[in-house]
Amino acid sequence: MSIIESDFIDINDLDETFAEEVASSPGGEKIRLCYSCGTCTAGCPVRKVDEKFNPRRIIRMVLLGMRDKVLKSDFIWICSTCYTCSERCPQGVKISDLMMCLKNLAAKEGYIPQGFKMQLELIANQGKLYKIDDFDNKKREKLGLPPLPAEVGEISKLLENIVKSFEGDTD
Amino acid sequence: MKYNLFLGCTIPARGRNYEMAVLAVSKKLGLEFNYVEDFACCGFPIKSVIQMGTTLMAARNLALADVNGYDICTLCSACTAVLTECNHELKRNEKLKNEVNRNLEIINKKFKGNVKVKHFARILYEDIGPEVLLTKIKKKLSMFSFASHYGCHYLKPSGIYDYFDSPEDAKTLDRLVELTGANVIEYKNKYSCCGGAVLAADSDTAYAIAREKLENIKKSGADAINLVCPFCSVMYDANQREIASKFEEEYDLPVLYYPQILGLAMDLNPKELGLQMNIVKTKKLLAKMSD
Repeated sequence: MSIIESDFIDINDLDETFAEEVASSPGGEKIRLCYSCGTCTAGCPVRKVDEKFNPRRIIRMVLLGMRDKVLKSDFIWICSTCYTCSERCPQGVKISDLMMCLKNLAAKEGYIPQGFKMQLELIANQGKLYKIDDFDNKKREKLGLPPLPAEVGEISKLLENIVKSFEGDTD
Repeated sequence: MKYNLFLGCTIPARGRNYEMAVLAVSKKLGLEFNYVEDFACCGFPIKSVIQMGTTLMAARNLALADVNGYDICTLCSACTAVLTECNHELKRNEKLKNEVNRNLEIINKKFKGNVKVKHFARILYEDIGPEVLLTKIKKKLSMFSFASHYGCHYLKPSGIYDYFDSPEDAKTLDRLVELTGANVIEYKNKYSCCGGAVLAADSDTAYAIAREKLENIKKSGADAINLVCPFCSVMYDANQREIASKFEEEYDLPVLYYPQILGLAMDLNPKELGLQMNIVKTKKLLAKMSD
């Protein structure tokens, strides 16, 4: 394999506070226990089909302080949250939770893929991903299923502050 | 036995066949359901963006069930994991519970933590139990071989589920299939993920994950897939044709929800079980029953 420039890590780009930031956020608590055995990566269903997702590598990147590279990446968003890694990690690192933690930190900085942003908006506005309209309820009636409300309005009130904190962000 | 039925988002929109089959078999089993109109999304879809948002939504749903005190029966595995995890967490983390309740106060709700959350398949296995289920079987499905897909959140994280089934060597869904007289088919990488949670971020990756399982099950010679999650069903049933054409393969694998299989064994009408609504046609499969 040839060495390309992007394989080098510039020490000036590292943020030495990043590992601590992650370790003190929910889901990131045990990251420093990782000894890079690669069990997570070997059993990962995403890694199997897409090499850009590599949990062992992501953990190393965090510990080294590659904050921008991690938080601006698209790869943290393709974790399937299957928990296989978390179940198997010999050090008890909850890797699925750790990925959630990294995505949450990225989102806080405004890096949210369009699909996830849309889901947040839909849920904040109507309380569920899919609205149940009259047509749906007619179908339900025909099938012998009870009617459901179109949306649950209360959720917009519950998530008001959360949604506000993401407003104005651009991807 | 009475439960608050938690449908989540996907079932009312894309899994009505699942809901129908659950209601049909439950009637025969004496399981009663309460539809809580105000149940919203479980919270899973926003967890990647903001976990606190998910916790608040899950806690609100649990608080709604607290009002009548009936346990929650879930049908979607993602809903099961999110609600169970939140319940688990809030019961042992007083500080978080207080913070959540301060937020719930705005909408006059309170999380008390008096209800349990259980997936329908687990209720069948643990609360109804194999002995009782066997007495309800009217028609042995020995003409069928099913490949069970457990999916992820039905079993994991195993800690929040009290390890009721092993995530590396799960048995419950296969035992439930065996009760109907059908054969259980083993296949490669049986416990792998459907890829559904990757769909919003990268559909190519999601489809590549789903493809592997479709291929493995096809090779196993199974008549159909047995599963218990609408998210997994979207991947294998609703998206099967698209995956097949993307990878230039042919699967033609019907995808059944376990309650549909159980319903057939109870000799219920396939229509009552919503089998005409499965995306991959079940006609050929059903014809095998009268052969």
